[in-house]
Amino acid sequence: MKTKKILLGALAIATALTGGILYAADHIDSPNVTNQPNDITDLYVFRGENSNNLVFVGNTQGLMSPGNTATAKFDENTVIEFNIDNNNDKVEDLVIQCKYDAASNSIKVYGPVVPSETGTRSKLEGSVTASVAVTAYGAAAPVTATSVNGIKVFAGPRDDPFFFDLTQFKKIIAGTATGFLPAGTANDTFAGTNVMTVAVEVPKSLLGGSGTVNVWLETKKKI
Amino acid sequence: MKITTIKLLAIVVGGSLLAASCKKDDATPAATVYYQQQDQMARPAINTVFINAAAKDSFNTTIPSQQAAKFDYKFTNTLTAFGYVSNALGLGKAAFVGVLSTDVLSASTTGVTTFFDGTNVLTGRALADDVIDTELLLIFGGATGASNPPLTSDNISSNDKAFNTSFPYLASPW
Repeated sequence: MKTKKILLGALAIATALTGGILYAADHIDSPNVTNQPNDITDLYVFRGENSNNLVFVGNTQGLMSPGNTATAKFDENTVIEFNIDNNNDKVEDLVIQCKYDAASNSIKVYGPVVPSETGTRSKLEGSVTASVAVTAYGAAAPVTATSVNGIKVFAGPRDDPFFFDLTQFKKIIAGTATGFLPAGTANDTFAGTNVMTVAVEVPKSLLGGSGTVNVWLETKKKI
Repeated sequence: MKITTIKLLAIVVGGSLLAASCKKDDATPAATVYYQQQDQMARPAINTVFINAAAKDSFNTTIPSQQAAKFDYKFTNTLTAFGYVSNALGLGKAAFVGVLSTDVLSASTTGVTTFFDGTNVLTGRALADDVIDTELLLIFGGATGASNPPLTSDNISSNDKAFNTSFPYLASPW
């Protein structure tokens, strides 16, 4: 009991040190991008239904109510970029870039392609490898597309797949609770909220590497 | 006065010449459009928990290969404040900081992809993975994973909607 209190005290102190309110995954975590279309919420990388494929999911614009989702849009000036390091030096060897085109209300995919420069500045690389119309809110089924080289793509609003009792976590951090709530009483703060998703499924043969790749997601804005 | 007029005229003529040349010469390559990094993430909640508000924008625009050198001390300080000694992976503080501070998500291209499924660790992140419990366990659970039980699970173990088995896998919006 005493240990727990000390730990919670330490947690509160650490939180004060790390800056107060904690958000989850990456939702609204960054002053510069909070509530902007380039605010990343989550990255998922997993084996596809076809195990020869790897799926990249990039979510942005978190905690949207159904009402807000109806009017949510991708941003024409933002590139959503999956960075892939296939030789474990933590530098991207390939990028998959997803860019919204307002005129056609579609997402254009570039890559996987070797970028002409690495780091915080990018340009669209090579030519479009896949393209899909943005699925409208309320659509009966998701609109997907598959390119000739086997790249599948989807873009549009989805249920936020993230789950966490963030509210209780904040109480713990604030020192007004000593632990999480029991199952059945705990609440998923992300229940009933949506995100804007870009999903790209890629044949593993296009990714290189020898068994493992390192992945990170970036949003980049037109300068 | 006259000089001004001439100058203006020159500008107008120059401008129209420029406009004309742009129209005529479609082969002139357009200036390259660049995009500058705004936000970044790999493993869930890492930046969120370990990087303070004032440094978040900086962390979000620091490339992974430079994150450790720049931010290791923040991870160390936070783990120290948590009273961290070791975890179920047997990682001492320095080793755990080494894993955490370079924020990339490793994904297997040959096997199971999961954040943690009881056997495989950090081989990807599937939609249904309870990543928060995994992280709470590794941060607060101690060497056996049995320490601090009120803090090692949020008791939310699944999403509010079922996922699909086929692309794009995520559930339809609310």
